[in-house]
Amino acid sequence: MDSIKSWLARSGMGSVLILALIIIVVFPLTMDLFRLNLVGKYLTYAFVAVGLVMLWGYGGVLSLGQGVFFGLGGYMMAMFMKLEASDPETTKIQSTPGIPDFMDWNQITELPLWWEPFRHLPLALLAVLLIPTLLAFIISFAMFRRRVGGVYFAIITQAVCLILTVLIVGQQGYTGGVNGITDLKTILGWDTRTDEAKYILYFVNAGLLIASILLCRWIQLSKLGTLLLAMRDKEDRVRFSGYDVSMFKVFAFCLAAMLSAIGGAMFVLQVGFMSPSLVGIVPSIEMVIFAAVGGRMSLVGAVYGALLVNFGKTYFSESFPDLWLFLMAALFIGVVLAFPNGLAGLYESHVKPRLGKRKDKPAAGTDSTPSSDAPPATPLHSGAPHGGKPLARTALPDGVQGTSA
Amino acid sequence: MADKKDPIQTPLTDEQRRKVLMGMAAMPAMMMPGMALAQAAQFPTAKVNTSKLAVTDTEVVVGQLHSATGTMAISETGSIQAEQLAIDQINAMGGVLGRKIRVIKEDGASDWPTFAEKSKKLLVQDKVACVFGCWTSASRKAVLPIFEKENGMLYYPTFYEGLEQSKNVIYTGQEATQQILYGLDWAAKEKKAKTFFLVGSDYIWPRTSMKIARKHIESVAKLGKVAGEEYYPLGHTNFNSLINKIKLAKPDCIFAAVVGGSNVAFYKQLKAAGITADKQFLLTISVTEDEVLGIGGENIAGFYSSMKYFQSLDNANNKAFVEAFKKAYGPKSVIGDVTQAGYLGPWIWKATVEKAGSFDVDKIAAASGGIELKTAPEGYVKVHENHHLWSKARIGQAQLDGQFKVVAESPELIEPNPFPKGYQ
Repeated sequence: MDSIKSWLARSGMGSVLILALIIIVVFPLTMDLFRLNLVGKYLTYAFVAVGLVMLWGYGGVLSLGQGVFFGLGGYMMAMFMKLEASDPETTKIQSTPGIPDFMDWNQITELPLWWEPFRHLPLALLAVLLIPTLLAFIISFAMFRRRVGGVYFAIITQAVCLILTVLIVGQQGYTGGVNGITDLKTILGWDTRTDEAKYILYFVNAGLLIASILLCRWIQLSKLGTLLLAMRDKEDRVRFSGYDVSMFKVFAFCLAAMLSAIGGAMFVLQVGFMSPSLVGIVPSIEMVIFAAVGGRMSLVGAVYGALLVNFGKTYFSESFPDLWLFLMAALFIGVVLAFPNGLAGLYESHVKPRLGKRKDKPAAGTDSTPSSDAPPATPLHSGAPHGGKPLARTALPDGVQGTSA
Repeated sequence: MADKKDPIQTPLTDEQRRKVLMGMAAMPAMMMPGMALAQAAQFPTAKVNTSKLAVTDTEVVVGQLHSATGTMAISETGSIQAEQLAIDQINAMGGVLGRKIRVIKEDGASDWPTFAEKSKKLLVQDKVACVFGCWTSASRKAVLPIFEKENGMLYYPTFYEGLEQSKNVIYTGQEATQQILYGLDWAAKEKKAKTFFLVGSDYIWPRTSMKIARKHIESVAKLGKVAGEEYYPLGHTNFNSLINKIKLAKPDCIFAAVVGGSNVAFYKQLKAAGITADKQFLLTISVTEDEVLGIGGENIAGFYSSMKYFQSLDNANNKAFVEAFKKAYGPKSVIGDVTQAGYLGPWIWKATVEKAGSFDVDKIAAASGGIELKTAPEGYVKVHENHHLWSKARIGQAQLDGQFKVVAESPELIEPNPFPKGYQ
């Protein structure tokens, strides 16, 4: 019994279990299908936030362009579904039946060659995983090899966002332009819009998210995770120890990209369309906010952050259509001012000490990490007033082998 | 004392007269609750609502879905106001089938996924009888599958590219051919235009519009030739290279569909480059009174716009509408084409519900074709079987004060044709 307890505490599995319980059992039991579908949509953003925890919280690399990978994953999925929705029978009103409607509107008379692979589901799924990752590899390899980092990297990721948005909007004959790819219905004949399908997709989405968190947690607990942290705090020291720092950063960036792409594909399955408004700079920054609100060192915190911010957005905009933007702003400012380490930081500094008192002994060794005297070198830390506060000191280093996931 | 007034014969003082008039005016109002109740009893809820909509004996709930925030808010505010005005007026007349209209407002926030989310909320959770909303094509495309799947009814106010027809949408603005063909013919006939330079923002509406314009100019009506065709990203603000191309091509007519914030830069830079109305003929399909507020009357004065409605239209319906609108939203408010089309939505819906004797979407969809509206500010309109409106096309010339002077009007209502043959 004790060994299970200490394993739970050491690996942070307890909080993952609680999260899994909430999204797999509590939400479906307490919400109607419409709200559950909304939660499903929020959880697709959580994939991006989880990726950002690995990249930003652990790797110390802030990317303001995760929308690119979310969008690419979504577009790959949408292309497959659009082709399936555009069979010659349903599109017979067009001048060229059998191609997506927006191509017909733009006087394109045959399907472009690079759309062809998306007729096949396995190829499309492979593309969802690989193409965004490949793009992430190219961008990050080029940057990190030249030791471009910090603010410069963040700005470049913003530029990539903008480039992709302009490309998609400009090539509307091939991409659907500003309107995006809409009216998606089925996968291999299975209607994704029925109530039953919505439930199934929700659980698939939740399962994938938990699996992603476990994967990331496993990486965190491995030597690789320790190296990522070390690199974030003292990059040069790691480099002089003989490690190839840039490749570790490339790895973290590719991992975050792949997770975002899965989120994008799940978004399309549940929402039924994809548009460039999910690729651009604003959604990319919003996704960083999810991670920041949740706590950028905490994988589960990122999920709660995505849920909280989106619940807030939906609730405020439904209840106060005229005021909701101000309320959202108040929420962000409030969280950043009051808990610079997000929800997870709040838990660490206020809830956990009380829980710990009741136990006989806290898990051994958690407080002896050397990084408590080295504030993490994150690109944005100058803006947040957390430098010397005891709150930050106790909350941040936990990632190494602490009890939070 | 011949001039001593007999109390009985004394004309009423102003004060008294006002009271009598108010009393007379109040009479129908006082009778109204009774009438409304009678009407509601005549149409029992079980009969007018067989599809579980949010309709009770006294109330019917409708949705309104526009962007109150974000980049589109400036354009959509007019539609929000006009729809609200129409609903208030309908409620003051006793509502629809004896039921008052209650509006649930949702903010699409200029974000297409949000539009999809909110439309679903309105249809699935609030069970609204119909929705007045959307503005951009992108937002309409995002919600259309949801309206079709959940069987809702959308009244869409914006002039748009056509190529669409749905049982679940009533399009109260012009589709592309209604707006473009008359304008081009007028330009060729009245302004002797032979060469046309097409300019637009880069998205589906300008692209489709220019495709139709090009076909009309070159092959269908054979008006002349196209001297150039250019597109710029949404929000683009540097038109110098375009202006150079225009100066080289020397077209008889610049035919423009530049939208949103780009408009301001476009017209200011044209003026700065000396391309003004006294030297160059320009016809736009994207500038209403609302846009002129941003552009500034002095920057666009003399250029022409092709719309179905201008605030300056001289008819009794429009005078009453403009007066009511200004009373509700301030004397400085202006009314553009889309605002008027938004105003039509609730009225057309009311007429359709009364004709169908039901709020059910299936019955509304079936009864929509042939609905007539004699009280529309733009004049008489009729709903076509394809769910678009028959309406007149008009050309207005921009004035310094931001208003348009109507210089031409199609003699007949123009048939909506969202899938025009020969223009594909």
